[in-house]
Amino acid sequence: MTQLLDPPRPPAASPEAPSPALRAARRKAVLHWIAVHSLGVAAALFFVLPFVFVVLTSLMSDQQALTRDLIPRTWEWDNYRRVFDTPGFLTWWRNTLLYAGVGTVLTVVSSVPVAYALAKFRFRGRRLSLMLVISMMMLPPQVIIIPMYLFWAKQLDLSGTLWPLIIPMAFGDAFSIFLLRQFLLTIPDEYLDAAKVDGCGEFRTLIRVVLPMAKPGIAAIALFQFFAAWNDYFGPQIYASENPGAWTLSYGLESFKGAHHTDWNLTMAATVLVMAPVIAVFFFAQKAFVEGVTLTGVKG
Amino acid sequence: MTTHTLRSKRRRSALRTAAFMSPWLIGFSVFFAYPMVSTVYFSFMKYDGFGAPSFNGLTNWTYVFSDYPMFWPSLANTLWLVLVMVTCRVVFGLGIGMLITKIKTGTGLFRTFFYLPYLAPPVAATLAFVFLLNPGTGPVNSILGDLGLPTPGWFNDATWSKPALTMLAVWGIGDLMVIFMAALLDVPKEQYEAAELDGTSPWQRFRFVTLPNISPIVLFAVVTGVIQAMQYYTQPLVAGKVASGVIGGSGQQFEPGYPDKSTLTLPQLVYNLGFQRFDYGSACVVALVLFALAMAFTALLMRGRNNLIQAGD
Repeated sequence: MTQLLDPPRPPAASPEAPSPALRAARRKAVLHWIAVHSLGVAAALFFVLPFVFVVLTSLMSDQQALTRDLIPRTWEWDNYRRVFDTPGFLTWWRNTLLYAGVGTVLTVVSSVPVAYALAKFRFRGRRLSLMLVISMMMLPPQVIIIPMYLFWAKQLDLSGTLWPLIIPMAFGDAFSIFLLRQFLLTIPDEYLDAAKVDGCGEFRTLIRVVLPMAKPGIAAIALFQFFAAWNDYFGPQIYASENPGAWTLSYGLESFKGAHHTDWNLTMAATVLVMAPVIAVFFFAQKAFVEGVTLTGVKG
Repeated sequence: MTTHTLRSKRRRSALRTAAFMSPWLIGFSVFFAYPMVSTVYFSFMKYDGFGAPSFNGLTNWTYVFSDYPMFWPSLANTLWLVLVMVTCRVVFGLGIGMLITKIKTGTGLFRTFFYLPYLAPPVAATLAFVFLLNPGTGPVNSILGDLGLPTPGWFNDATWSKPALTMLAVWGIGDLMVIFMAALLDVPKEQYEAAELDGTSPWQRFRFVTLPNISPIVLFAVVTGVIQAMQYYTQPLVAGKVASGVIGGSGQQFEPGYPDKSTLTLPQLVYNLGFQRFDYGSACVVALVLFALAMAFTALLMRGRNNLIQAGD
């Protein structure tokens, strides 16, 4: 089976002519290769063309962006400068980096010990805790938003800022805890026992032995958390909408469209600027990311 | 070892566990247990954020189920999304996953192309699709028009808005592709070889070798897909706002569901009731319906025969 799937090689200049059966098999392999790769190219077009059209439109002149043209007549790189000149755009960048950066650090620091306890300690209520973690992970944020909003806005007077979104991250994030716990399960107990024989307490074992081995898992939760904050729309909509000074890119992007309602070129340039960092980070951290996606699923 | 030292050892270990678990114990109490209890409480209260909440029995519940015009349309939409969007995502995800395991030339490049859209931030991806599918000058309708095909109104037409959202969801299928790819590579090669020796067709090999081996992952994809469909918020809301052209600073004048309630989902009702109509009580009723649905399917994930999320030891 796998041999049949190998890419076709040009017919070897062998002295003996190949038998008809072999030639038929090779013909079939070539046809199979062509079929699979044509399908692959068609699928790749479906996934890539939206990006291509978005980038092309972002480089059109204002007049051309209103037409049905697909390819820019003049390449207006200046559009990107105009996006940065839009009032607020740089503030949204700063806010997003604050929300995503500080939030990610807090999440990792607070989730690691919890995940470690759930993976390696034996205690009563462990299974219950784990099921509650999974329930929190599956909880749509809208379910508890009314009391949470009243808590942050009326009692702590923090609406119009991103703090109601950042502060909770200091208290563990259910998804990160679950994902990291799955990862820590794969570390054999022998390593921990060896550390304890050497006189390490649980805390030192965690710092000295577990953390270095858990780097891929921690990288995965940090990436997921960073992207979750970067992509969050509902949180900023609830807490920051009244104060444009606290908007993030994901929230501000929509109002950017509102302010430039006919300027598809500028809106698409802004869209590219919101997508680009995520994709750049992906290329640097591809392995950790894909590993993380697999972990969320089914690997124990 | 005396009982005394044993007991003190046990207490030390309990304290240690509590110390490691403490961030989450606080998080659980303040950001889960308290607001859940509070949501139940408010669902029986009349409260608009000013003055004191007052008890009004089942009024909010009957209002949501029989008088609130958005409730049943949003449930119908969710059912549509579960039946069509989730099915499309699973079928295409599996298809792309199988395709990538068969591609032998340029595999890395293909995989990156297939995966990339999954990373596009939801608001940005939605904006991109509203542009691509805009009925007048969008590239998709331009191409369809040039080919002499019908040019639907997509996000501006109540019959086409959900198919348009489905296209957006299928575009971002990278997560399913990766999960299916891992599962497909785990299917023992010998089973395929044996099946081939028996002279089976490719379809038979898919039906009797591939599917039984990956069925837990298919089920996982379906159940998580259903949960995502119930929580579907950012894409339909942003698509509706942008396509309708009603975008203000704080966006409070926009009635979600454009066009004609066709993109409403339950989470948008919480926003509509709580933050646009300031009817916190009714918003909490919808929140509890959403909670019940989400937990029912989560239980399915944990309790299922295959213990899909491995919560056990």
